[in-house]
Amino acid sequence: MKQVLEFEKPVIALREKIAELKTFTKESDLDLTEEIVKLETRLEKLENDIYTNLKPWDRVQMARHAERPTTLDYVEHLFTDFLEFHGDRYYGDDAAIVAGIAKYKGRPVTIVGHQRGKTTKENIRRNFGMPHPEGFRKAARHMQQAAKFGRPIICFIDTKGAFPGRAAEERGQSEAIARNLMEMSGFEVPIICIVIGEGGSGGALALGVGDRLLMLENSTFSVISPEGAASILWKDGGKAKEAAEKLKITAPDLKELGVIDSIIPEIRGGAHRDLQAQAELVDQVITEQLLELEKLDKQVLLEQRWEKYSKIGSYAE
Amino acid sequence: MLKDFFSKKKHASKPNEEAKQDIPEGLMLKCSGCGKIYYREEMRKQLYVCPNCGHHHQLPSDERINSLFDEGSFTEYDTDLNTGNPLEFPSYLQKLEKDQLKTGLKEAVVTGEGTIGGYRTAFAVMDSRFRMASMGSVVGEKIARAIERARQADIPFIIFTASGGARMQEGALSLMQMAKTSAAVQRFRDAGGLMISVMTNPTYGGVSASFASLGDYNFAEPGALIGFAGRRVVEETIREKLPEDFQTAEFLLEHGQLDAVINRHDMKKYLTTILDIHQAGGNVS
Ligand SMILES: [Zn+2]
Repeated sequence: MKQVLEFEKPVIALREKIAELKTFTKESDLDLTEEIVKLETRLEKLENDIYTNLKPWDRVQMARHAERPTTLDYVEHLFTDFLEFHGDRYYGDDAAIVAGIAKYKGRPVTIVGHQRGKTTKENIRRNFGMPHPEGFRKAARHMQQAAKFGRPIICFIDTKGAFPGRAAEERGQSEAIARNLMEMSGFEVPIICIVIGEGGSGGALALGVGDRLLMLENSTFSVISPEGAASILWKDGGKAKEAAEKLKITAPDLKELGVIDSIIPEIRGGAHRDLQAQAELVDQVITEQLLELEKLDKQVLLEQRWEKYSKIGSYAE
Repeated sequence: MLKDFFSKKKHASKPNEEAKQDIPEGLMLKCSGCGKIYYREEMRKQLYVCPNCGHHHQLPSDERINSLFDEGSFTEYDTDLNTGNPLEFPSYLQKLEKDQLKTGLKEAVVTGEGTIGGYRTAFAVMDSRFRMASMGSVVGEKIARAIERARQADIPFIIFTASGGARMQEGALSLMQMAKTSAAVQRFRDAGGLMISVMTNPTYGGVSASFASLGDYNFAEPGALIGFAGRRVVEETIREKLPEDFQTAEFLLEHGQLDAVINRHDMKKYLTTILDIHQAGGNVS
């Protein structure tokens, strides 16, 4: 059963109606072709209206869509020779983060990404993509290696946040995140970070410090979930929709605030509609950005990275 | 995320309640450790450490600075940074004004430099009386600049942290201050700078998960609560009762997350000793 989002129900209903008429035409003597064409035109217009006017809350739903492509989906479509490696060498292997090496159009790269599941079973194994410290430390280990061997780093961000559990606290969740933020600002290789789904708080940012921070059109990136913000602001988690608007968590809003560098367009109806086509759009942007970054001298790369982060903020002087 | 919020809410409200007990406007002050009543002035002379039970109460930033720096040596950095309202969040500016009036501070961190035991050092002290010392653009910017100044002057950087977490009203701009400050620490580290972090009650969320954890030495005051997610959210997530001392400085020390827990009365001597030992490496001017 495909997951249907609230705002796209009219589209789904119309599509079903068209399919029904088509079957009817085939099975009976009545020719409804004219009617079908009319409805198809209407569908086209409706889809256009809905998908080009997505509200922040619609995008939250899109970003959380159960079938939305995950890190490993993109890895499969974008890279060759991917080898996944495990473990942080201190404590364990966190399945909420995947890491490894691969080739991207012939050049070696290191890949790191949050990994959630699409089924309940897989989500339980992957802790819903919410990492423990060992996940962040696994990521750090692979990025250190990338820096050592001069490989660009591609990060995929897709998490509700770092896991708020007892063991995570005991093993230094804060330190693990902090260390990633610090070290990523200093690796002498190009780093491209792409928010592909939800980018929740520090756990998302821990894979998000680099030369480019990009977002898929319908992904979100936020300091707190809309539900959380609504509970604080209005003591009512049900007002999440309103909070999603106030918090400015969508790609267009964050581009305007200077938090992200650019937006990767999504195919109409969302990335989950056609992984192959979506991967091609992501591919174009990675190639474009990587070619730019690869031209830069190491010192220039680091200086520009510092400039980029040191500028973010809003204050008057 | 939703769970983050609970942690923030908890620690945004709890220390406030405690603060009311700690430092009432009146003459008397009740220890939140043992309940003993003191003259406020008497407690102030004790740096708000209870003489009876040793409980460390919140210490206002100016008194912290006075207790550590050699007399008359402190000068403040960046006194003219003003917080904006980038997301046009309802009543954000009014809330800031209220805390400005209450504390006499412009924002939740004071930065500057001076000498400690004769050693010149750059410094930042967060003040949880102001918006629970949540980290917005100005807090992040002031801290990043103080670290940059320490790097340029080749002097150590010491920070006293306190925070309920992110400044929600500044959205992702607040989140990105974690990256900005951590990147500043990286540059300072590359230049061989000495950074000391002392975590005070409470240090949570985005502050805990950035510069607070990035010192060459990470210390805490006794009993300080420190963590990424708050106690309540952890309890709600794992559905089990947590130990009484969960996320206290002593708990973190036991779990290998801190170098030491330092009593406030010993702080100046302790820091001076570290600065003195590091001087041999040419790090202190
Ligand atoms: Zn007491």
